Amino acid sequence: MPKRTDLKKILIIGSGPIVISQACEFDYSGAQACKSLKEEGYEVVLVNSNPATIMTDPNLADRTYIEPITKEALTKIIAKERPCALLPTLGGQTGLNTAVEVAEAGVLDEYGVEMIGATLDVIHKAEDRERFRHAMETIGLRVPRSGFARSMDEAYQVSAGIGFPVIIRPSFTLGGIGGGVAYNPEDLERQAKAGLDASMITEIMIEESVIGWKEYELEVMRDKADNVVIICSIENLDPMGVHTGDSITVAPAQTLTDIEYQQMRQAAILIMRAIGVETGGSNVQFALNPANGDLVVIEMNPRVSRSSALASKATGFPIAKIAAKLACGYTLDEIPNDITKETYASFEPTIDYCVVKVPRWTFEKFPEVQDLLTTSMKSVGETMAIGRTFKEALQKAVRSLEIGRFGLGELNPEQTAEHKKLIVSLITTPNSKRLFALAEAMRMGFDLQSLNHMSHIDPWFLTQIKQIVDAEVELKEHGPASVLLAEAKKLGFADRRLAELWGKTEDEIRTWRYAEDIIPVYKLVDTCAAEFEAYTPYYYSSYEAEDESRPSEKPKVVILGGGPNRIGQGIEFDYCCVHASFALKDLGYESIMVNSNPETVSTDYDISDKLFFEPLTLEDVLHIIRSEKPLGVIVQFGGQTPLNLAKGLAAAGVPILGTSPDAIDRAEDRERFQEIVDKLNLKQPQSAITFSAEKAVDIAERIGYPVMVRPSYVLGGRSMEIIYDTPTLAEFMVRVLEAFPDNAILIDKFLEDAIEVDVDAISDGSMTVIGGIMEHIEEAGIHSGDSACVLPPVTLAPELIRTLQDQTRMIAAELKVVGLMNIQFAIKDGVVYVLEVNPRASRTVPFVSKAIGKPLAQLATKVMLGESLAELGLTEQVWPAHVSVKESVFPFSRFPNANVVLGPEMRSTGEVMGIDWSFATAYAKAQMATGFQLPLSGTVFISVHDRHKERIVALARRFADLGFSIMATKGTAACLKNGGVQALPVAKVSEGRPHIVDRIKNGEVQLIINTSIGRRPTLDAYHIRQSAIRYNIPYTTTIEASHATAEAIKALQHNQWDVAALQDFFR
Amino acid sequence: MPLKRTDPPALLVLEDGSSYHGYAFAGRGEVLGEVVFNTGMAGYQECLTDPSYKGQILVMTYPLIGNYGVNDDDMESAGIHLEGYIVKEYQDQPSNWRSRRTLKDFLEAHGRLGVDGIDTRSLTKKIRTAGAMRGILSTNVDDKAGLLERVRAYPGLVGQDMVAHVASTTPYLWKDGAAQPLRVGPKDRLRVVVLDCGVKYNILRHLEALSCEVMVVPSRTAAKDILALEPDGIMLSNGPGDPEPITYAVETIRALLGKKPIFGICLGHQLLGLAVGGRTSKLKFGHHGVNQPVKNIATGRIEISSQNHGFVVLTETLPKDTVVTHTNLNDGTLEGLAYPGLKAFSVQYHPEASPGPFDANYLFQDFLTLMKTHAG
Repeated sequence: MPKRTDLKKILIIGSGPIVISQACEFDYSGAQACKSLKEEGYEVVLVNSNPATIMTDPNLADRTYIEPITKEALTKIIAKERPCALLPTLGGQTGLNTAVEVAEAGVLDEYGVEMIGATLDVIHKAEDRERFRHAMETIGLRVPRSGFARSMDEAYQVSAGIGFPVIIRPSFTLGGIGGGVAYNPEDLERQAKAGLDASMITEIMIEESVIGWKEYELEVMRDKADNVVIICSIENLDPMGVHTGDSITVAPAQTLTDIEYQQMRQAAILIMRAIGVETGGSNVQFALNPANGDLVVIEMNPRVSRSSALASKATGFPIAKIAAKLACGYTLDEIPNDITKETYASFEPTIDYCVVKVPRWTFEKFPEVQDLLTTSMKSVGETMAIGRTFKEALQKAVRSLEIGRFGLGELNPEQTAEHKKLIVSLITTPNSKRLFALAEAMRMGFDLQSLNHMSHIDPWFLTQIKQIVDAEVELKEHGPASVLLAEAKKLGFADRRLAELWGKTEDEIRTWRYAEDIIPVYKLVDTCAAEFEAYTPYYYSSYEAEDESRPSEKPKVVILGGGPNRIGQGIEFDYCCVHASFALKDLGYESIMVNSNPETVSTDYDISDKLFFEPLTLEDVLHIIRSEKPLGVIVQFGGQTPLNLAKGLAAAGVPILGTSPDAIDRAEDRERFQEIVDKLNLKQPQSAITFSAEKAVDIAERIGYPVMVRPSYVLGGRSMEIIYDTPTLAEFMVRVLEAFPDNAILIDKFLEDAIEVDVDAISDGSMTVIGGIMEHIEEAGIHSGDSACVLPPVTLAPELIRTLQDQTRMIAAELKVVGLMNIQFAIKDGVVYVLEVNPRASRTVPFVSKAIGKPLAQLATKVMLGESLAELGLTEQVWPAHVSVKESVFPFSRFPNANVVLGPEMRSTGEVMGIDWSFATAYAKAQMATGFQLPLSGTVFISVHDRHKERIVALARRFADLGFSIMATKGTAACLKNGGVQALPVAKVSEGRPHIVDRIKNGEVQLIINTSIGRRPTLDAYHIRQSAIRYNIPYTTTIEASHATAEAIKALQHNQWDVAALQDFFR
Repeated sequence: MPLKRTDPPALLVLEDGSSYHGYAFAGRGEVLGEVVFNTGMAGYQECLTDPSYKGQILVMTYPLIGNYGVNDDDMESAGIHLEGYIVKEYQDQPSNWRSRRTLKDFLEAHGRLGVDGIDTRSLTKKIRTAGAMRGILSTNVDDKAGLLERVRAYPGLVGQDMVAHVASTTPYLWKDGAAQPLRVGPKDRLRVVVLDCGVKYNILRHLEALSCEVMVVPSRTAAKDILALEPDGIMLSNGPGDPEPITYAVETIRALLGKKPIFGICLGHQLLGLAVGGRTSKLKFGHHGVNQPVKNIATGRIEISSQNHGFVVLTETLPKDTVVTHTNLNDGTLEGLAYPGLKAFSVQYHPEASPGPFDANYLFQDFLTLMKTHAG
């Protein structure tokens, strides 16, 4: 069946900001879909609020709307663009849910828009658990016994019928939010309530527990002619009970015989037909009883998913691209397989390696939250590794995580009884350290059978881990020997780990290894296990006989990616790496990408001339450089990960393109930076550096509280705090010296109530052009990654802006920056202070690029390769007429006990962009894009810290003038009354009922303003913010953001906002 | 498995002189065969017991083999027929609720040589580019020249009757999932006679599951003896090697043409092609795997198929009224034929799967329908 010619214009919905369970993978799938549909001649309209995506680059779609992904915005876009069809299956659960909303609101019917890929009925059948179960029963498949509850009474009834333990799954939620396991009525009380709250339709399913069963996933594709193929099978190392996004997963399935696998395959095909997914990719999850092979269906997603991205990277089969082609009418046998060229997409990939994915968690960012893995996803990123054996892949994956581990090394070398107890609990209850605890337990002498009983992890996986542990023992006992070195490398051991085991340095091991010619070869990922010749330059390393990589003679450049997503380092850096690759192609260089993150666009095999799916460690990167001999390496774009490698690479003689490693060090090293500040006559907040707790207190007392403290060389403001008194400082020092024993502690005078400004600039070594000046909405002291900001700035006087520009140019010239640079300034009482200089691409580069319409990362790449800014046509700062607002998105709803507070340690996972002609509307759009529905009337609840009391009267008056009623805690209410604003006093939680949380629950509050000071809000503030999140009430935690919110509400009250495509802003 | 291997070293030498070093994880000694690769990621037990691998040294492209052990159920014949077995990393501690023994024990119980530690991807690429080659696999690793000499002296598969090594020599009844002594009684259901050239049990299981009475006869059984069993249909089984030297079966089939419904699978398909006057040729490295897309010409749909063959029927050599029903989507080779006037059809691939997808199961139903149409 050829492609449909009745469709001209197709609307694609993206997945919005990066949140836990929706990350770069939907940029990867959406970008593929855009390219794929445009290739077929369709006009593509795209909506996505996330500026850090490749898909929102203005050349990917014909019409790019950086607008909130809401029913309202989508309706406006549809009315404006009149697309023929809506493809809802590529934007994650957000895309799917929003499509359902507009369809159910009748918008699609009204404008004659056809849903392609998955219809409304298909989505409902897959997502509505009752219908899903019915569909499964009609094809003879079993789903776990279950029942639905819409109230707590029903929840008790249903679980009584099933028997504990039960699993709670809310209907219509993202990533299993609000889901959990209840082992007893007490758990049920809590879990069922959370689930009912989390569900969009106040409904939960209570399900027979299959905890401990083996978990499998199949990635399935179906076309209009009912051809169905399985792209990949995935077996989870962690059995049922842990969300698949939090599980270590392995492709292909390892412990199923053919017939067992084929039965699962057949079931998946029947499910595709029963649910009626007409075209595209879906994933089906199964649980299997390890005792007898009983199979139950857990769920299916009628859309591409995180697992599809993983499956695409694991096999080389581009699921999203093919899904888009199927949606417009092609059948699988009509679409060529890019990799082999001679075959078609209608086949099942077979692989000749083992793939291991390990999630990346950031529990350290949320110390209040227990490190516990459940059916609700908590990881913020993942890394994938490819090896010829499971052991090799697992060890590569571990060192790709960048958690300071280079193998399955000791958690604690002292085997005390207490430690043993800890290890047992780490194994019995899933958590982020379980893999390492298993290895530790094996070292302690636990047998595999008891570990299997404790963890339910399949003995096959335990055996593999045991083989690594045994090898370590053998290595240690035998001592260094060439033959062992060669064999250890085959098992995936890192030089760093061998160095630990043999008491040598990493350099010594590498030098020895090179002398013995023990170096890895590169194997190709080709979808077909070498049956056909492959043309795709997608490689992984292994210690094997034949090297398939054929380095070309062309001048080439290696781009180092960012590795797994984490808070502080995510899609923004991948965006920059992808742009670097585009620029290199433009200039005629061969581009070589190195990354280990399967979610990303950068690890799409057709982005760069060559892709190495490898850990970003010095060892692995040096191997690639040794093989490829590039003219240089780009370390500026992948965030802190490649920057951390810069010194080692330079020491090994690898040319670093752009700003020199020494300049990077001058900017990052406190003392050296101080010299620059002095030399250029700039101002910095008073600061000092120390390694000891006592000294810290002395320093703080000398420079005066409040102070900002943090460990050096740590990205994302990790462990950074603003401290107002000595006891808190002493406590902080103990904690942080424990976590970072080798890092110096930096102590800065904290500039209270200062305005913070971010500047991104590009320099070619002689000329520096400002990319953008971003004024933060929140005051200085809140991590720049967590603040909202506006470009161009709205309150800064022209002479201040000139000062910022001048200082930026001076610093760039002094550091001889070639490429990108980011500076954070604070302005207090008209004085400009330099807070931080980062001679690399910053998190804001994509936002600025979208706001000013210039691809900064591409330009920076060209500059690094010797072009001048004049040649590139960028000689002046762009001052757009429109206003762009960036707002951050937080994972608080994932971590029910986390303190909802903004501070110097970054905790947001993603960002959105609001773009319009006025600040107020742009800010309003940014708020909508984060999921806040700003109220236009109703009651504002205000409770502020004493320090803010004098500033709230004006704020409250603004809301009163906008027609809002004001509700306030007693102290605040009294303060407001003195200022002439009427406020209804309400009890704090600690003051008896009915209190503020009751009011929030009862729907009496439409907006919450609640400020605090320091890292931990008071208990009352904690309750207020928890309820805000639970009941999805918009809230602000700073005075500044509250003012911006008032302005946005005023704008929304007065005029109907409109949507506009990026292409229109730069016409 | 210790870092320093204690298993004896093993060497594979190909006829072109290239060699690959590994370790014998199962068995000792020396075997000769044609080296082929299989791209399935599971199903090693079925492959090992598939009689069609007679005369071959099998390389698995999936690197980890042995993971789920060996069970009592997934047997495709009573023993192992291939000559030698090569994998990247053998797994000695299997995990599966049906597992009864390790792969090593299974190979050794049947006196087979299993070798691991070889760069199987490199070896696979070699076969892909140079074609299936004769090879010698030996734990006698010191005399490479001698090994090369022996492999060059080995005749290979072309022109050899491999069927004789694997097919049953006495007829039997397939009942309750096992071979039983043949007793020919009155017919109370459709009766299928299977001409055994090395039949896989799953073909018999499928026929039994369709309520047929299944009688298996040796490959040299004469047409009149087959007809004397009063079959409602005749199944031409799969089997190893080159079809051309199996002239006795070709003659038998020629004598049966048009008399009874016939269904041929794999070698059976090739023998049927020869019987109607067609010719066969050898593929460069054959199709061995479970992911080959086959296009059903009538429906336009794609079946993902299980395949295991090194020879192919040449379409242009067939009588004009032969209908091509299936082709390989990858390389366009012939995958299925129908002979409308002769009540016969055949496929090059394996609708019985084992290992592989169930996509082509419907062909057994088609055979049943054909038999019913012509019964009585």
